[in-house]
Amino acid sequence: MNARAADLAPPLLFGLVVLAAWEVGVKLLGVPAIILPAPSAILLRLVSSTPTLAADFLQTIRGVLAGYAIGSGAGLAVAILIDRSPFLQRGLLPLGNFVSALPIVGVAPIMVMWFGFDWQSKAAVVVVMTFFPMLVNATVGLAGAGPMERDLMMTYAADYSQTLRMLRLPAAAPFIFNALKINTTLAMIGAIVAEFFGTPTVGMGFRISTEVGHLSIDMVWATIVVAALTGSAFYALVNLIERRVTFWHASYRTRGN
Amino acid sequence: MKNVLPVTIVLVALFALWYGAAALMNASLQEDAFANAGDTNYTTGELVAAALEMERPKLPAPHQIAAELYKLVIETPPTSKRGLVYHAAITLEETVIGFVFGAAFGIGLAVLIQSTRILERSMMPWIVASQTVPIIALAPMIVVILNQFDITGLAPKAVIAAYLSFFPVTVGMVKGFRSPDPLQIDLMRTYSATQGQTFAKLRAPASAPYFFASMQIGAAAALVGAVVAEVTKSEDGGLGARLLAGSYYGQTVQIWAALFAATALSAALVGLIALAGRIVLRRMAFSR
Amino acid sequence: MTQTPHAETTIEALHHVIDIADLSLRFETRDGPVQALSNIDLKVERGEFVSFIGPSGCGKTTLLRAIADLETPTGGALRVNGMSAHEARMNRAYGYVFQAPALYPWRTVADNIALPLEIMGYPKFERDQRVAEGLELVNLSGFGKKFPWQLSGGMQQRASIARALSFDPELLLMDEPFGALDEIVRDMLNQQLLRLWDKTRKTVLFVTHSIPEAVFLSTRIVVMSPRPGRIQDVIETGFPRQRPLDIRETPEFLEIANRVRHGLRAGHSYDD
Repeated sequence: MNARAADLAPPLLFGLVVLAAWEVGVKLLGVPAIILPAPSAILLRLVSSTPTLAADFLQTIRGVLAGYAIGSGAGLAVAILIDRSPFLQRGLLPLGNFVSALPIVGVAPIMVMWFGFDWQSKAAVVVVMTFFPMLVNATVGLAGAGPMERDLMMTYAADYSQTLRMLRLPAAAPFIFNALKINTTLAMIGAIVAEFFGTPTVGMGFRISTEVGHLSIDMVWATIVVAALTGSAFYALVNLIERRVTFWHASYRTRGN
Repeated sequence: MKNVLPVTIVLVALFALWYGAAALMNASLQEDAFANAGDTNYTTGELVAAALEMERPKLPAPHQIAAELYKLVIETPPTSKRGLVYHAAITLEETVIGFVFGAAFGIGLAVLIQSTRILERSMMPWIVASQTVPIIALAPMIVVILNQFDITGLAPKAVIAAYLSFFPVTVGMVKGFRSPDPLQIDLMRTYSATQGQTFAKLRAPASAPYFFASMQIGAAAALVGAVVAEVTKSEDGGLGARLLAGSYYGQTVQIWAALFAATALSAALVGLIALAGRIVLRRMAFSR
Repeated sequence: MTQTPHAETTIEALHHVIDIADLSLRFETRDGPVQALSNIDLKVERGEFVSFIGPSGCGKTTLLRAIADLETPTGGALRVNGMSAHEARMNRAYGYVFQAPALYPWRTVADNIALPLEIMGYPKFERDQRVAEGLELVNLSGFGKKFPWQLSGGMQQRASIARALSFDPELLLMDEPFGALDEIVRDMLNQQLLRLWDKTRKTVLFVTHSIPEAVFLSTRIVVMSPRPGRIQDVIETGFPRQRPLDIRETPEFLEIANRVRHGLRAGHSYDD
């Protein structure tokens, strides 16, 4: 436990120093609130506007979670489906890698056209964004089980589904979780940016783009804080689950076991 | 190279699926259009053909997008605001300028971070954590604030592009600078090499693969930043502005054309960096 | 380990466990065809301990893998337990031990030993019983709940041997199982393996690099030479089933070791 505390101290201190410098600097230099509000002002806004922020959070998170689950699930399902066809893999993997690098967020207006203004179109954007990282990672992971381990299954005359269930899926878990972690960030970005393109009058992306127009920068910052906390918490949750499921992976054992 | 055949076949299959989906999705709209025109006598073939030529389809057929691209790129002069070349140039300019600054700053910060343990331990957790935060949410605010300082036009978008590309570059380069085997670092110590010498002769060359990988991610991120920033302030043009305009006026094919242009731009940038990477890394014997 | 009754009918006695006639195996590689095995003739009786020794590239691992139906011969005949190699594999006729333990890190040691039993559909109570017997056989009782990475290399390899024997196959195929371990551990494991062989009466095919190991463990030693892979010499050792470690100092042992060494040199010029 002492090692953990020593790890957390420098970044925590650094963060506190930055916050303090921000607070003091803004007051000292007389920076107008519409440029950069002080942390205390943002905190005040967080507290006073909690109902609005909560409603925004609930609206956006629906799109995030639904899209995340469907996109990651579909990516994994397709990876398992094409697992038996090296030909399809050789055709889809380069495409998947290629698509992952594209500004997929641009499909947001198209999704709004198909699914309407509400959270479903945001979920659709997230589905498109999270599908390919999962497909690529799961395919690579499923191919990654060692040749010795696979030969072992052959000496047991194990059939395809036994080998998949007992060897290749567990061996692919680190890769699948890598995609799940990447997808938490992509899901947040997708949902928020999609809201920039059109949304009912609630949602984090909506709040940011409208309050920016009103020059209520403290409200914008408050929303950003909520978005940041949500993103980090989402990532941390998936990270925690990863530790429990892939406890056996080499990366967790370097701390001496 | 052995992937060429499977990729081609998959692409052809996807193309065919697209046509099928377009016909299916546009069918009901087209039926309504026929009904409104009093036309009740049409075959399935005529329905399909019309569904693939609609002016405001639910899903444009590939050839419609190609035709729109041709119209907006080849037939429209590059300086015209109605053409895609004009807007693509704007986005490209913002992306490249932003990316160059963001990457330079990111590499500089990475050099700084890996040189001092205390900087690394206090800053890296924040930089890594920032990757879990949807930084893009800051885009509208940065545009507006910079406008208050009379920084308008291309600059705010470039700032956001720089901001988005800086984080992945920093993370990647720090990883690269720390990538040499501890054995190799120990070897440098037996030569009494200074920290600067160790950096120049070992860490910097060792980071080459990480450099090109993070440049690709950074370039793609910069483009996304530029496009999203343009959505926030669309008066200045750019592909993001075209996306928004198409969305407002229900011009489906225009949206797809702008999206395709942004995609092509991203692919070209990333592809160029990847190509440069392959050449340089081969000469450095990182790949065979 | 439940002992299968040993049938001593003449038909059984004539039935070689392994019957190889004129076996060849050619690989097509990027640099052209490689003749990994050429004209291999070998018959192995039930209960023998046969070692295969030779320099790298002599085909000893390829031969073992061909017997295991993990490689396909390009010529000749190969019968395992009177069936084709493929049928033998489908019938789970052998347990295979690799150069590395190849234990699945997400399973405990006990669950690893139970892996073949799960695949072959043994009911839970029988699985638990066999796992307990297996752990005891290799002196790992009490380590069942540990994970592979919590064990030393020698212990992991012992677990992998227990796994290979958990479903009681007649045949044990071992590919340089102790190669990655230090000499002291190796000696101990050699003795344990010998005791295990004596107790369970399995037929063992053992690939090794080490002359003392081959001479110590085997009833018969097959010396192989490379390019193309073929049998250079076959040596009967004639040692009693139960032998102490210091048999390695005896003149008979050294004589056989010399014969092996001579065979290795004859088949392999070091100028290559």
